[in-house]
Amino acid sequence: MKVVYEKCLHCGCCVGSCKQNAIYLNDYVLEFNDSCNKCRRCIKICPVGALSLEGE
Amino acid sequence: MQSFECDIVVVGGGPGGSMAAKYAALGGLDVILIEKRAEIGAPLRCAEGVSKKWLEEIGVEPDPAWISAEMDGAIIVSPSGHTFKLDESHAGNEVGYVLERHLFDKALTEQAGKAGAKIWMRTAATGAIIEDGKLVGVHANRMGEEIEIRAKCVVAADGFESQMARWAGLDTSLELKDLDTCIQYRMANIDVEPNYCEFVIGSAAPGGYVWIFPKGDRKANVGIGIQGTKCKLGADPKVYLDKFIENDPRLKDGTVLEIVGGGVSTCPGMEETTADNLVVVGDAARMIDPITGGGICHACRAGMYAGKVLAECAKSDDFSKDALQPYEEMWRDRMEDKLWRNWMAKEKFATLSDEVLDNLVLAIKDSDIKEVNVYNLLKVIKDKYPEIVDEFESMI
Repeated sequence: MKVVYEKCLHCGCCVGSCKQNAIYLNDYVLEFNDSCNKCRRCIKICPVGALSLEGE
Repeated sequence: MQSFECDIVVVGGGPGGSMAAKYAALGGLDVILIEKRAEIGAPLRCAEGVSKKWLEEIGVEPDPAWISAEMDGAIIVSPSGHTFKLDESHAGNEVGYVLERHLFDKALTEQAGKAGAKIWMRTAATGAIIEDGKLVGVHANRMGEEIEIRAKCVVAADGFESQMARWAGLDTSLELKDLDTCIQYRMANIDVEPNYCEFVIGSAAPGGYVWIFPKGDRKANVGIGIQGTKCKLGADPKVYLDKFIENDPRLKDGTVLEIVGGGVSTCPGMEETTADNLVVVGDAARMIDPITGGGICHACRAGMYAGKVLAECAKSDDFSKDALQPYEEMWRDRMEDKLWRNWMAKEKFATLSDEVLDNLVLAIKDSDIKEVNVYNLLKVIKDKYPEIVDEFESMI
């Protein structure tokens, strides 16, 4: 996953919405673990559009 | 690695965690509450509007230090601008205070500390310690140092992120339709009614609403929640909120002092909020009201119940799922019916067109409703538009 940190509000909306519990908000940094299945939920619901799939 | 032991480890220093820590400590238990941030209550993730009645229920005296503004009522605005204004005599228990959450949260954590709980700031849970299939504590990072905290029971109070319960094996994940994604600006130099909370419904906020909660002196929290399934644009909350502000002459020249984001669950609560050696409270247990998006009072109540039940469990040194059942019963008795009813109402409202919502607001305006709360509003709707509520009629 790609995070545009200039947009990210560190709100944790992606963390709580992730079905795989694949995201961890470590202060101001989002960490994604291997269980991410690229379902795009977090991309869809990010309130500021800070997330995208790598390479897109 | 340093290892610590206690009776109860509470993960999260929000209202639910602090209340659980307080009541467990008052019951004589050795409690450690961990909070991953450097400050209790900050950064804000909340619109800060609460009703008044429940504070008494949880044994908290209103304190001017954490009350930003007292409300006289609420205004509901329909999609084409019909307004329904509820003054104090009609506002019932759905309005009350707009808080200074960062101070309110600190006050509750302070009470937990006073009751004897240890509060560890800058300590983030990073996983569950599970041995022989049993939850026996949490892995954490305390100011950069990996530690473990072993406890007889873990209280998962980590808010919307709700990771602790999941690490421990309970599924707290949400359907997209059962979550709202939110953004809020704290605005200054705006001309809104200083003592009325405003709610704007309809296509201005698909599946959610826009709120304007005044904070005194031409300031307000102006925010929006949008249902997960209705997000189409990327950054939907920001796009819709910016558009709303641009089109509202009271707001468009205002100054934004703070931007906050956040997620809100709009489901009827988790099916299970306990497991062996685990209790889940508040937003982490998805206890937020699906219509209003309010979760503070539910979290406080659930935290209090959890703390009291943990103190009872300690007497027999049994923190099994069975032993924790009184907690399930207490919060469900107090809140579950309303959560279910409001969830069903939310499911329906999210499907209504602007035209129907306009008619609903007009119907409410014409009614002689005495005390306004979700229940009474649904009753009015039931009288005039029974088809809207027929799926959950028995709950009204």
